Amino acid sequence: MNNSMERHLNILEFTLASLLRRKAKNLSLLAMYLLVVFMLASLLFFVTALKREAAIILNDAPDMIVQRLMAGRQDLVPVDYVAGIAQIKGVTAVRPRLWGYYYDALNGANFTIMAGDDSAAGSGKTAIGSGVAKTRNLMVGDLLPLIGYDKSPVMLEIGTIFPSASDLIAADLIVISPDDFHHLFNFPAGQATDLAVTVRNPKELATVAAKIVSRFPDSRPILKSEIQRTYQSIFDWRGGMMLLVLASSLLSFIIFAWDKATGLSAEERKEIGILKSIGWETSDVLLLKFWEGIVISLTAFLLGTVLAYGHVFFLSAPLFAQALKGWSVLYPHFRLVPVVDVYQLAVLFFLTVVPYTTATIIPCWRAATIDPDAAMRY
Amino acid sequence: MRRSLQYILFTAAVFAVVLLLSLHARNAQHRRGDPVPQMQNLHVTDLCLTTEARYTRHPSMADRHAPFQEHPLTLEHFPSGSLIMPNLADRYKP
Repeated sequence: MNNSMERHLNILEFTLASLLRRKAKNLSLLAMYLLVVFMLASLLFFVTALKREAAIILNDAPDMIVQRLMAGRQDLVPVDYVAGIAQIKGVTAVRPRLWGYYYDALNGANFTIMAGDDSAAGSGKTAIGSGVAKTRNLMVGDLLPLIGYDKSPVMLEIGTIFPSASDLIAADLIVISPDDFHHLFNFPAGQATDLAVTVRNPKELATVAAKIVSRFPDSRPILKSEIQRTYQSIFDWRGGMMLLVLASSLLSFIIFAWDKATGLSAEERKEIGILKSIGWETSDVLLLKFWEGIVISLTAFLLGTVLAYGHVFFLSAPLFAQALKGWSVLYPHFRLVPVVDVYQLAVLFFLTVVPYTTATIIPCWRAATIDPDAAMRY
Repeated sequence: MRRSLQYILFTAAVFAVVLLLSLHARNAQHRRGDPVPQMQNLHVTDLCLTTEARYTRHPSMADRHAPFQEHPLTLEHFPSGSLIMPNLADRYKP
């Protein structure tokens, strides 16, 4: 082993012994540091995985949704619009969507009800999300009792329960036939909640949207790119919870760095003075402090990242789930498909390890350059 | 074994785990199942992240001011509203 390597190992040996001498202080520092990295890394993993899932799932979203506005609020769209929109060049299909919400008075859950074609649910039958099945304790073949607009019971036979893997889209979904949808809500005939428009060439979407607005001035087209963009910015750093986590983590780092940069304790100064008086070079002292910073920050970074990965992808992020759950009675327990963004991890590394290590070295450099006698008497 | 070597081995082991996480994630991406065919026919527009409020259940379909639209002087009071950003996409303008 060459001399340089031996020197580093010796200094690291001394660093570890020095850290262990102040075990309680350094372990609590490591624990706090680890917690901050854990929170930040969990947030990064959670948001990145969610955005990626959204991008993949919403690839199947309609090219365009056309809503109708009435007095500043979204209103039902007359089905007559379908023929008018279908005539626009470039439009290949216009499909009225019937969907809404159902408040389940039995347990206080909100379900999303959609009318699907016969492949999903025939008349008198239904396909439900696994969240609905769990909330109501139902299985395939059971009857799902719903209360109609006139308080009469509507009994639907469960034909399908969507697998748990689709919870991120369908946990709260009840798919019924259009006839049952009209019957359940007394939904007016000849109306739809909105229209799903398919356009042959995605480059023509903006032109088609302009033509729809000019032909139907009360309509509001929502392009697929807008839907996807909503989910790319949904957990933006300006969101309340994100800002809270980021601000508290950044403040913690500032406190760490401030504590280190404002100076050394009398004990640490004395230690540096003794080391210098027994023959340590200034560079050796700086190397000692460099290793001290690295041991604390690198350990916290690596362990924090591993724990955050487990928290988000193996335990389904229970810390964030509580915030997302809010007052929901039906909460989807979705398992995110893991994503590791190396660039984001590198940013996290440079935001956490580098400032702390630098802040550890600077005050030591000042102490290490003064006379050992003065340092010991400080 | 020297304490310094023990520490280096420990750090190398945790670093290897971090690298393996990246491989695990890549593997999981390859193994992810195909979307349920029935879902594709439904033309779903939103993810089911929370079910407490309409504008957080279907944020892409909701107006930016939907949380304040329920009744006069209404205030946004659902916890998920503080986590999920309102729709900031510029709606299509002719």
